[in-house]
Amino acid sequence: MALNGAQLIVKLLERQGIDIIWGIPGGATLPLYDALCQSPIRHILTRHEQGAGFMAQGWARTTGRAAVCTATSGPGSTNLVTALADAHLDSIPLVAITGQVPTSLIGTDAFQEVDTYGLTIPVTKHNFLVQSPEDLLTVIPEAFRIAESGRPGPVVIDIPKDVQTRPAPLEKYPEPGTPEKQQFQDQEQLARMAEMINRAQRPLFYVGGGVIASNAAGLVHRTAEKSNIPVVSTLMGLGTMPHDHPLYLGMLGMHGTPFANRAMASADLIIALGIRFDDRATGKIEAFCRDAAIIHVDVDESEIDKLKNASLGICADAATVLEGLYPLVARAGRLSWHQYIDALKSKAPAWADYIDNPAHPAGIIRYIGSRAPENTVVATDVGQHQMWTAQAYPVRHPRSLLMSGGLGTMGFGMPAAMGAAFAAPESKVVCITGDGSFLMNIQELATLAEQHLNLTIFVMDNGHLGLVRQQQELFYANNIFASKFTRSPDFIAIAKGFGIRTWNGGINGENRDAIDQALEFKGPSLVHIPIDETTNVYPMVPPGACNLEMIQEKTPCTIQ
Amino acid sequence: MYDTIIELKVRNHPGVMSQITGLFARKAFNLEGIVCRSEGDATQSRMVLLVYKNARMDQLIKQLAKLYDVLKVSVAQDMDGTRFKALFGNDQKDPCPMI
Repeated sequence: MALNGAQLIVKLLERQGIDIIWGIPGGATLPLYDALCQSPIRHILTRHEQGAGFMAQGWARTTGRAAVCTATSGPGSTNLVTALADAHLDSIPLVAITGQVPTSLIGTDAFQEVDTYGLTIPVTKHNFLVQSPEDLLTVIPEAFRIAESGRPGPVVIDIPKDVQTRPAPLEKYPEPGTPEKQQFQDQEQLARMAEMINRAQRPLFYVGGGVIASNAAGLVHRTAEKSNIPVVSTLMGLGTMPHDHPLYLGMLGMHGTPFANRAMASADLIIALGIRFDDRATGKIEAFCRDAAIIHVDVDESEIDKLKNASLGICADAATVLEGLYPLVARAGRLSWHQYIDALKSKAPAWADYIDNPAHPAGIIRYIGSRAPENTVVATDVGQHQMWTAQAYPVRHPRSLLMSGGLGTMGFGMPAAMGAAFAAPESKVVCITGDGSFLMNIQELATLAEQHLNLTIFVMDNGHLGLVRQQQELFYANNIFASKFTRSPDFIAIAKGFGIRTWNGGINGENRDAIDQALEFKGPSLVHIPIDETTNVYPMVPPGACNLEMIQEKTPCTIQ
Repeated sequence: MYDTIIELKVRNHPGVMSQITGLFARKAFNLEGIVCRSEGDATQSRMVLLVYKNARMDQLIKQLAKLYDVLKVSVAQDMDGTRFKALFGNDQKDPCPMI
């Protein structure tokens, strides 16, 4: 049987092992959808293409494999752009298939025509505009290979409608695209790395998203434990270490732990694994780890020496390097370094109070984490609730905490959590969001109810764009402008309207029974938690300042 | 001011110029000159770029090498620019009549 282009696309996706796709059909993808309806691939109809992009991301972040989303030409593809840019900055493997107007109409301002290829160049790892049905035989496997190889990322395949309808010549199917194997075997570099670590007095692991992406978390534990090296994490690296591991110092940077930032400044060797010296993590880069030698391991060569010159730069993924490094690292006690760090920790009592206060948003989040099952996957939106979650949520496993790190996209949380729920249907999924972020993709409540996913949403409602309000208070003479909502919707009524089970969490989460019941409930559910309007995230390093200039809370939080 | 000439071997398709020039635009890095033409069976092109030397040059070269459509990068630094100008030929007259 001869296939048309659309049927060939679907066959090639099946051969890639794809069994789920998120998207919305439209004129330029009707042939694709006609082929999809005869395929075992499950299609999830979202209510906005951005929702489709973030659900695919949630799936990809949970599984580590490339996920597929689709949109029609014009507004369909422009609506995907934010989710693509987000995946690009956080190095998440995605394959986005967009419909395009027929080849003969390209460039004529046809109905729903937009230059998807041009629009997506800067926000993707690579993109294709497919010229003929036979090109699909190379482009589709190649898209998966690119998305999953080296530093992962999003790939767009823009496919004109006539390429979907024309007959596709097929002699034999191409091999599915698979990630390229790592070639790294530089024993000399590994020996030098081990020597630097074995000689260092005050070494620190500085781990990021590359550790999660290369599934190197276990190797980080083993290596850190063998040589007693403390570990500091970026936002994207959270989950590498269990939150209560004795060698773990927490997150560094703008809202990091005071002892992580101080330890970084005191280290004599930074072993940077899969990180990119992001400004939110480093603060003022000139002042960052000034006295330390730096070993920078990254799979993307263009990251090495980009912002900070490395004493030793190794272009390979964290897992490959740590596997080779482990036998070479000497066992060490590093007593004085640990005494120094213990002293730093004991000087930060406010830090502990903050999380132990049950009425503080961080305390509420810690409570949610303490009641949620061990294998729960958590996604957050962007803002204060995200930073409190990064600080307080008891993360136990890699890929169990999903956040928009690089792009900082409000609206990420719920659809990403839904993607995780599709990837791990046996697990509880929790979305911690804020009232500002939640409204940015609230239409996906319809998809959530329809799919009946085991997802509980906690809306931390302070009636503000909280992190904006906080910066206006601290750095703009308390001119609170355009960051307070003068009228807020009734989130409980809205969720009910979509068919979602709801609970009122009480002021500052005082109704702990509601939290418990929602977590026990199997299905789409929402807990509305009104929180104090003016609680800030502390500590805070002012944007552009050195990480040691942490603003602490003036008076310890007294909310009850 | 010394010039740097970057020579690329790229895949030849309608979007390839956007891929290359887009990278320069994103990094706020000025391109002083471009010459490009297809080679052989026209599946590949040779692209010659003229840029002024800059502290971020190494970073830019790495980024160029990362592009899927770039098959090969070579760099000649400390040129005086005559090599690049020679690529335009000696005829300075505008070869295209005004429309």
